[in-house]
Amino acid sequence: MGKLRIDNVVLRFTPRMGRPVTALDRISLEVDENEFSVIVGPSGCGKSSLLRLVAGLIQPTAGAIYLDGKLVTRPGKDRGMVFQSYTLFPWLTVQDNLEFGLKLGGMAAEERAAVARRFIAEVGLEGFERAYPKQLSGGMMQRVALARALANDPDILLMDEPFGALDSQTRSLMQELLLKIWEHSHKTVLFITHDIDEAILLGDRVHVMTARPGRIKAEVAIDIPRPRSVGVLTADEFIVIKRRIMALIHEEAVRAMS
Amino acid sequence: MIASFLEAYTAPRREIPRRVYLTVSALVGLGGLLAWCALSYGGLVRSDFLPTPVAVLQAGIDMARDGSLLVNTTASVTEIMSGFIIASLISVPLGILMGSFKIVEAAVEPVTNFVRYLPVSALIPLLILWVGIGIEEKIAVIFIGTFFQQLILIADVSRGVSQDLLDVSYTLGADRRTVVTRVLIPATMPGVMDTLRVTLGWAWTYLVVAELVAGNKGLGYLILNASRGLFTDQIFLGIMVIGLLGLISDQLFKLIRDWLLPWASNP
Ligand SMILES: Nc1ncnc2c1ncn2[C@@H]1O[C@H](COP(=O)(O)OP(=O)(O)OP(=O)(O)O)[C@@H](O)[C@H]1O
Ligand SMILES: [Mg+2]
Repeated sequence: MGKLRIDNVVLRFTPRMGRPVTALDRISLEVDENEFSVIVGPSGCGKSSLLRLVAGLIQPTAGAIYLDGKLVTRPGKDRGMVFQSYTLFPWLTVQDNLEFGLKLGGMAAEERAAVARRFIAEVGLEGFERAYPKQLSGGMMQRVALARALANDPDILLMDEPFGALDSQTRSLMQELLLKIWEHSHKTVLFITHDIDEAILLGDRVHVMTARPGRIKAEVAIDIPRPRSVGVLTADEFIVIKRRIMALIHEEAVRAMS
Repeated sequence: MIASFLEAYTAPRREIPRRVYLTVSALVGLGGLLAWCALSYGGLVRSDFLPTPVAVLQAGIDMARDGSLLVNTTASVTEIMSGFIIASLISVPLGILMGSFKIVEAAVEPVTNFVRYLPVSALIPLLILWVGIGIEEKIAVIFIGTFFQQLILIADVSRGVSQDLLDVSYTLGADRRTVVTRVLIPATMPGVMDTLRVTLGWAWTYLVVAELVAGNKGLGYLILNASRGLFTDQIFLGIMVIGLLGLISDQLFKLIRDWLLPWASNP
């Protein structure tokens, strides 16, 4: 479960005033089942738009997206999402935030509570079940958001720069946590970032995007063995891959300037 | 000493000790009272322009004794609360819809923006024609004075709910209806409470206008009536009771907000 195919997707915005903008131009990519795929690209290249397309929150101008062979036409709980902004429901406790999707799915109360507790433990937030989001730090809120998405058991997890707003230390901790969780769940993930280190550290595969209009420029397989930890950031093989990706992005930056 | 004072109290948004806060408030209040005493007892201003504090207090005691203070206050509170509650019952749901559904916005916003700028007093002749000169007219003035403002403010609150919050709900399996009832509406509640609190204050400011016409009771009537006989002590009393009631209702709202929405961060 969780094989994603993006097929020749074009996305054009036609604002009420001003000229139409082509945000994404003939994007094709595949994410295999149980693969951790990362997209890197410069700011404004259409990464968020691509993820919102996969989530079914917006519709492509042309092309199609399939999850497990099924055409994506609308949002659904088979595609869970974690945003860069804080999206916990402020009026619900941590426990109730996790149960939100489960309740909509019609799960019985006891089972719901048990599932929520399991994922709260998984992100290391035992003891905060009854806390409201306003009582949590940014990192803790993103951990709850991750747990909430995972508790709903989606086929693919979409993450749009989920650690982008966090300080670098918290960010490292979150990356380690995500690696640990992924190690034993092997969920299909499509992860967006503009941090190359983060992309290589987390991904099985990194797709490099071009500046506007967004296209897929290259695809780099990351064959660093797992389990990984932030230690690999200084490994030789890591540096080699990083240099390659940086060269691709630099080439792109130069092209965009001229 | 002065340097450390400046250091501690000139930083924007820095908390200051509660004791200092209360002392400053009390000093300013006391200063106002002293200035009032000086002006009135010192004979700097004629007593029919500015009554003494004791005269106002005496007027209050007299009117409390003969029951007229209670009658007038009750009448005004009834008018205010009726107009305000009716306005809120309509403006809250309509405003939430208006801020989140373009079709409702298209229907409601143009006429709202038109009516909102009309001075309520200009509508009074029409109101008299339509609903008469009884309590209905007063309630209608309060209603018109608050409803359209509430509508615009609440629509803004609704518009301001983060798109990501709605979107994440869809990805958790919510349908449109659920997103509106379980996400959009709760998300607007702190903003709605703040709007109601502010507009309740505004409702009080329409009281005198409301009781301008053919009144025979109410605090606005009391003030208008007293002004005919130049009873400045009673005018002052009326103004102070209105101010006090406004203050009390504002504080009540604050308490209700903290009690109903303990999860909301403070504005
Ligand atoms: N609703 C919209 N209407 C018009 N243009 C839009 C809209 N949403 C996005 N765009 C444009 O599409 C392009 C891609 O936006 P998008 O947010 O997907 O980029 P991004 O790669 O996620 O950027 P960032 O790294 O800053 O998050 C941008 O140039 C943006 O201005
Ligand atoms: Mg983005």
